Amino acid sequence: MLSFPIYLDNNATTPMDPRVLEAMLPYFNSKFGNAASRNHSFGWTAEEAVDYAREQVAKLINASPKEIIFTSGATESDNLAIKGVFEMYARKGNHIITVNTEHKAVLDSCKHVEKMGGEVTYLSPNEDGLVNLADIEAAITPKTILISIMYGNNEIGVLQPIEEISAIARKHDILFHTDATQAVGKVPVDVMAQNIDLMSFTAHKMYGPKGVGALYVRRKNPRVKVTSQLDGGGHERGMRSGTLNVPGIVGLGKACEICQNEMADEAVRLSKMRDRLEKELLTIEEAYVNGNVEHRLPHVANISFKHVEGEGLMMGIKDLAVSSGSACTSASLEPSYVLKNLGLDDDLAHSSLRFGFGRFSTDEEVDYAIDHVKTAVHKLRDMSPLWEMYKEGIDLKSVVWQEH
Amino acid sequence: MAYSEKVIDHYSNPRNIGTLNKDEKNVGTGLVGAPECGDVMRLQIQVNEESGIIEDAKFKTFGCGSAIASSSLATEWLKGKTVQEAMEIDNMAIVEELALPPVKIHCSVLAEDAIKTAINDYREKQGLEAIV
Repeated sequence: MLSFPIYLDNNATTPMDPRVLEAMLPYFNSKFGNAASRNHSFGWTAEEAVDYAREQVAKLINASPKEIIFTSGATESDNLAIKGVFEMYARKGNHIITVNTEHKAVLDSCKHVEKMGGEVTYLSPNEDGLVNLADIEAAITPKTILISIMYGNNEIGVLQPIEEISAIARKHDILFHTDATQAVGKVPVDVMAQNIDLMSFTAHKMYGPKGVGALYVRRKNPRVKVTSQLDGGGHERGMRSGTLNVPGIVGLGKACEICQNEMADEAVRLSKMRDRLEKELLTIEEAYVNGNVEHRLPHVANISFKHVEGEGLMMGIKDLAVSSGSACTSASLEPSYVLKNLGLDDDLAHSSLRFGFGRFSTDEEVDYAIDHVKTAVHKLRDMSPLWEMYKEGIDLKSVVWQEH
Repeated sequence: MAYSEKVIDHYSNPRNIGTLNKDEKNVGTGLVGAPECGDVMRLQIQVNEESGIIEDAKFKTFGCGSAIASSSLATEWLKGKTVQEAMEIDNMAIVEELALPPVKIHCSVLAEDAIKTAINDYREKQGLEAIV
């Protein structure tokens, strides 16, 4: 039985796994203690729960529990990593290397660093979304202190060559941070084997609650430090003050444990769904997959349907919750900067849909999505002047458009 | 952001989709917007040259639901009006009729531009000056 609307936007957020909710519930009422209260059992119970969650989280990424700093989510983790390294390593240098398809939390933290006197190099990826290793190498200066490159992209799912990037960072004695928000819990991530120095991730992308995440901060070879961005009680080894969100942290821990046990099978199941959807939708004329199709997350497909506008298309499939690279609002008529920075023409970026599958997606839902997207694309092409012109053989690039 | 019922109605049952022969002397075509902006509207009118009344109107639109609804509504309003009357159609009337939110006002502006461009195309074919 299908229930509507169908949620296919699991890269935006995931529903909570009922097992996660169950684990969290006692920490809202009966076990409500402050994990920093050292003088009574309420505090000890909360602290134990946090310690246990820290182990669950660390295990998933092959870290030591002491290397996990709990935060409010990946945005805060990215801010702490980038601004914190910039401040802590000011004596060593002021240059950061990143990529222009990163999440805004990374890009805007870098912009902040620039305002504070830092220098940032924003690399452009290849048109398939992968960063060019030679470009990283070429951007390094004696002042470079940090390379920040995401693990898996939130819009197109492309997985960057993490081991190769960290090898370059190591060779030049530069720290390596990765925003792994979309990857942790979806693909195997190993901070030891992959030589990751700092890593951001969050609970709500892996069937945990919103409002809690973590920053992995390496403690050995090298020992990494970040300057705290919140002043207060000196929680989390002085790197992140603020009373711990115990229920949230318990939820993050449980979510990590479940992912650890189920990730391998889940990835196979979701990539089958993704491949089936993609194969079917690519039978539509002038439909294109955005991003590299070999190195990518198992659960995301980003497809452009030429000469159909994404937002209009989404209205035609209103029973499906997906997202589009088109953002037709007065604040910004600009389509997705990620797609644009791949070198995609604006019209193709405006024509894109992102499908994100998740733990609770079913084959029946995929069938429904395939049917309805096909119908909507055909309907909208019948009313698209661009499609008509394309069919008449008019080169749309040669048309002088009346921009407004 | 939720769409109004009228936008949904025009989107689901668009009026007057289609193409008129742009080479006919009594057909005016307005193609406005740009693919890079995510909105392209083509609006066409067919005018009775004796009475000056718009006998038929067709559109095709590449854009969001509000853009589709704005152009669909425009074709409805154009039919039966004289060219002079059609010139008076104001984008704010479209905003009001479709209850467009502020972020979608540009869709109505585009529809007004399409109407004016189509009328001027017709006028030029008739040897008349364009109205600014």
